[in-house]
Amino acid sequence: MRLIDIAHAKSGDKGDSVNIGLIARDRSHYALLEREVTADRVAEHFAGICLGEVRRYELPNLGALNFVLESALGGGGTASLRVDAQGKAMGEALLLMEIDA
Amino acid sequence: MRRDELKTVRVANGQAFWGDSPSAPVAQVRGGDIEYLTLDYLAEITMSVLRKQYERDATAGYAKDFVGLMSEIMRECIERNIKVVANAGGINPEACARALLEVAEEQGIRGLRVGVITGDDIMGQLDDLLGGGVSLQNMETGEQFDTVRDRIASANAYLGAEPIARALAEGANVVITGRCTDPGLVLGPLMHEFGWQWDDWDLLSAGTIAGHIIECGAQASGGNFQGGWEKMPDLAHVGYPIIEARANGTFIVTKHSGTGGAVTTATVTEQLLYEIGDPTAYLSPDVTADFTSIRLREVGEDRVEVSGAQGSSPTDSLKVSMAYPDGFRGSGMITWAWPDAIAKAELADSILRTRLDELGLSFRQIRTDLVGYNSVHGRLTPPASDPSEVVLRVSVWADDDRTVRRFAAEIAPLVMGPPGFTGLLAGGRIQPSRVMAYWPALIPKSAVHPQVTIRERA
Repeated sequence: MRLIDIAHAKSGDKGDSVNIGLIARDRSHYALLEREVTADRVAEHFAGICLGEVRRYELPNLGALNFVLESALGGGGTASLRVDAQGKAMGEALLLMEIDA
Repeated sequence: MRRDELKTVRVANGQAFWGDSPSAPVAQVRGGDIEYLTLDYLAEITMSVLRKQYERDATAGYAKDFVGLMSEIMRECIERNIKVVANAGGINPEACARALLEVAEEQGIRGLRVGVITGDDIMGQLDDLLGGGVSLQNMETGEQFDTVRDRIASANAYLGAEPIARALAEGANVVITGRCTDPGLVLGPLMHEFGWQWDDWDLLSAGTIAGHIIECGAQASGGNFQGGWEKMPDLAHVGYPIIEARANGTFIVTKHSGTGGAVTTATVTEQLLYEIGDPTAYLSPDVTADFTSIRLREVGEDRVEVSGAQGSSPTDSLKVSMAYPDGFRGSGMITWAWPDAIAKAELADSILRTRLDELGLSFRQIRTDLVGYNSVHGRLTPPASDPSEVVLRVSVWADDDRTVRRFAAEIAPLVMGPPGFTGLLAGGRIQPSRVMAYWPALIPKSAVHPQVTIRERA
């Protein structure tokens, strides 16, 4: 299945980093997210887009994971030439990821 | 139960960024009962723009939109005792206060007391800080400060909630700050109303989290909501978020009845995760907040209760936001039509690249995007067979404006490349725009001394 079937997401920038909050639509899916959506899987998903490290933080109280992707915005801030200079749509890009249910 | 424990304080956000809806703060005042209205006008590089205005005109350098708004709502706010807290002061909070006092005078409004917070502007302290051994190195990239020292156009420390609480305690009914943390605009009123102390870490954490939830305006109440936007009701009249806080730190996120959008655990959770790093250590000058400690519960329609917040002491540093000019940029855009729109746009791009190479222009970065095809998701874009149109967008960043102008002169001639173009999307010759870059750094908290001054009609 794709993440978009069981999760929603929100992303935004901090300098050249982007953070993506990934939220289980139903709390019962949080364990699946925690198991499948590792920092390594996310780094692989964004290979060539995120050029730095990916860190994952868990928020079981909100049924959510937070990912910080470094060097992901082509310089970031006002200098970035990207159409999505602030990574606002990168949460949606994460939702395209396929996972094993 | 003590009376204090029953007291509820309602803090509404009416502006999430400079350029946000001008009607939102008016709707927050007129749509129901609130005690505080908070307004955020400052993006990371806004200060450098305001500093430029100030250098041309010593009575400028603040968010003028705020004065226009206040001329509409000041009388009602004072009559209903709604206090306004805004970071509209920019580089010149005193001039902003004078402008408000003039509005009050013109409209015959009595009782305006403006609390002016200064001390965030450290432009004049940079040499002293460097001399005192503060590196001012870029806290995100680690770059050394001497690479930008001569170009710094503005430098402001993020102040916390304490001076806001102090201004309210001194009787201000409008508080104007320069650079301060967005959550501080909410925490300040709560510290003042409930008497929260500087080391009540859990309470300060609750107030900071409340501030983070409403600082982006409608993003907490249904705007930009990824998890069900297609069912979100009446976004045309989206209600901006309101915090109903209690002395014990438990608070409700809500919005005025009869407005559009929704406040649910899902909308609040998306906003909680917006622009954060380590959720166990959300840093502010006031407290280190732990987002993993809270519980969310829907307690009614458009009512989400947030409880259990924990916090710990803040760091000894303050974040400083500096801006400096860093070259010029420009983008050219041309639309190509079906059939083979992608191949046409790619051919035009390759013609352009060849010409730019032969001109020997030197760019810091050059980037080609096919807007309408893969400009946002890049190689993650699901395959499209033959889109009906694509926009070729080529963007450059160069040291000087002359290089960007020369690049710009090569865009229009591309219409004599592949067929099916529709003209320049942005129209006319591209004008280079100056890049104001952002330089975040840390300084010792002890180097900054926020001042509160009350201004009222003489």
